[in-house]
Amino acid sequence: MGLEENIPDSIILTTVDYVVNWSRKSSMWPFGFGLACCAIEMIATFAAHFDLARFGMEVMRPSPRQADLMIVAGRVSNKMAPVVKRLYDQMPNPKWVISMGACASCGGIFNNYAILQGVDRIIPVDIYIPGCPPRPEQLIDGIVRLHKKVMTESVKDKRETQPQRIVSKKG
Amino acid sequence: MTTGAKTMTLNLGPQHPATHGVLRVVLELDGETVLQATSYLGYLHTGIEKNAEDKLYYKVIPMTDRMDYLAPMSNNLGYVLAVEKLLGIEVPEKVKYARVLLTELTRLNNHLVWLGTHALDVGAMSMLLYTFRERELILDIYEAVSGQRMMSSYFRIGGLAYDLPIDLDKKVKNVLKVLPEKMLEYENLLTNNRIWIKRLTGVGTITAQQALDLSLTGPLLRSTGVNYDVRKAAPYSGYEKFDFDVPLGKNGDCYDRYLIRLEEMRQSLRIMKQALNGMPEGPYRAHVPGVVLPPKQQVLTQMEALIFHFKIITDGFKVPAGSYYQAIESPKGELGFYMVSDGSNKPYRMRVRPPSFINLQALSPMVIGRLVSDVITCIGSIDIVLGEVDR
Repeated sequence: MGLEENIPDSIILTTVDYVVNWSRKSSMWPFGFGLACCAIEMIATFAAHFDLARFGMEVMRPSPRQADLMIVAGRVSNKMAPVVKRLYDQMPNPKWVISMGACASCGGIFNNYAILQGVDRIIPVDIYIPGCPPRPEQLIDGIVRLHKKVMTESVKDKRETQPQRIVSKKG
Repeated sequence: MTTGAKTMTLNLGPQHPATHGVLRVVLELDGETVLQATSYLGYLHTGIEKNAEDKLYYKVIPMTDRMDYLAPMSNNLGYVLAVEKLLGIEVPEKVKYARVLLTELTRLNNHLVWLGTHALDVGAMSMLLYTFRERELILDIYEAVSGQRMMSSYFRIGGLAYDLPIDLDKKVKNVLKVLPEKMLEYENLLTNNRIWIKRLTGVGTITAQQALDLSLTGPLLRSTGVNYDVRKAAPYSGYEKFDFDVPLGKNGDCYDRYLIRLEEMRQSLRIMKQALNGMPEGPYRAHVPGVVLPPKQQVLTQMEALIFHFKIITDGFKVPAGSYYQAIESPKGELGFYMVSDGSNKPYRMRVRPPSFINLQALSPMVIGRLVSDVITCIGSIDIVLGEVDR
């Protein structure tokens, strides 16, 4: 009973948000960008055994201009930080960031002069994945959680909050 | 420069999929010919050497893992051997055999990743998928012995972290069985592949004299025909008892280095077989009270063992003043640890001789006068890990 009964089969009801988010999460293109140890586990996740293609994400883009997910895989040194920030700025909106591993999230075991204590000091991070390095299963879990997060976003919100500007420390 | 035309400067990296991390090379080009190649380093500088000065001796081990993250066990071994020499500890036979077994496994791990990424750079994408499939077998063994897939930190000063797992035998035998078959597959795909040969033969050639002048080690040096392998030249951890060959090249080009690494993998399998068959029974740690942790069973039942355990964990142990240089043959070349102790419980100085860093010097003489695409081949062929180059 009700309205649903009177809708012909050829019509699908949905919202703009749902369609946009669904298409965004279903073909997310990660940025092929590795820094340190975690990058090897990232490659392992993309390779045959764990096969990230199951989540529509096997296309790794070596250029930031064609990517919409940045996986910061590894420790970010102070010398690399401006480069990471610049690569992030070069990515077109909408874009998401996964901070993979302890070093990218908080500096990990390297609490010293050389390592940036968390990549969230220079770019906004959506998902943090713990581990040193995280197992491929953990990375997949993080990605699935990001997909869920993307589904809760609204096209309107994104437009209002963009562009995100976080001023990086010089140097 | 000879044509008088303007040259172009091309910046390769630090973000580039073929630079194996964050290497930055600035190329001076005339058309497509490389006139000059300058490497800029430090994009992954982690301060590991400096950080080690602030840590107790046994706490440095996890940091050594993260230098050359494709061969963590080799790094552990170099550090642990250097500190053991300073302390004057002789480890049990079983520990030596286990260390040899696991470092050779590490060599396989490193060469598999190298082969996959090198082939990917040159344009054969499927190799990466195959080699990473086989790498999982090795990581399973890592996980079985230490509980971690990559950063095992399994070797400890005076022994191993835990006893070897009971099913290690089965797992290693599986690798010994599977890998030779798979390596035939790789060879079928690559060795006689015309594209592979054309991209690698005669590319990145260095002479024996050049290699010695640049103090290159590892497959890079052996591809020029110089017979130098630390396992043979200055055996450590009982390598003198193992029977294996050191493959040598003739031309010093990328193709020779490919063949050498494949042969090294076969030799590693040979050593592993010997180590597995000859594995003696015995304790997995040396008995050195106050330095090496006592067995857990004793800690739970004996007061002295509990005190030693507590003391070592909280305070560490003092190492007699002195210095020692320990070199090992890591998959990339001679990996050296120069440890200086001032008699306290922390290293006064830890200096690492990283093979990747020194081998990277060969990039410039390799690529000058060649094409841009050869630069990618040469970077892959040198087999660098930026974590070790920058430390």
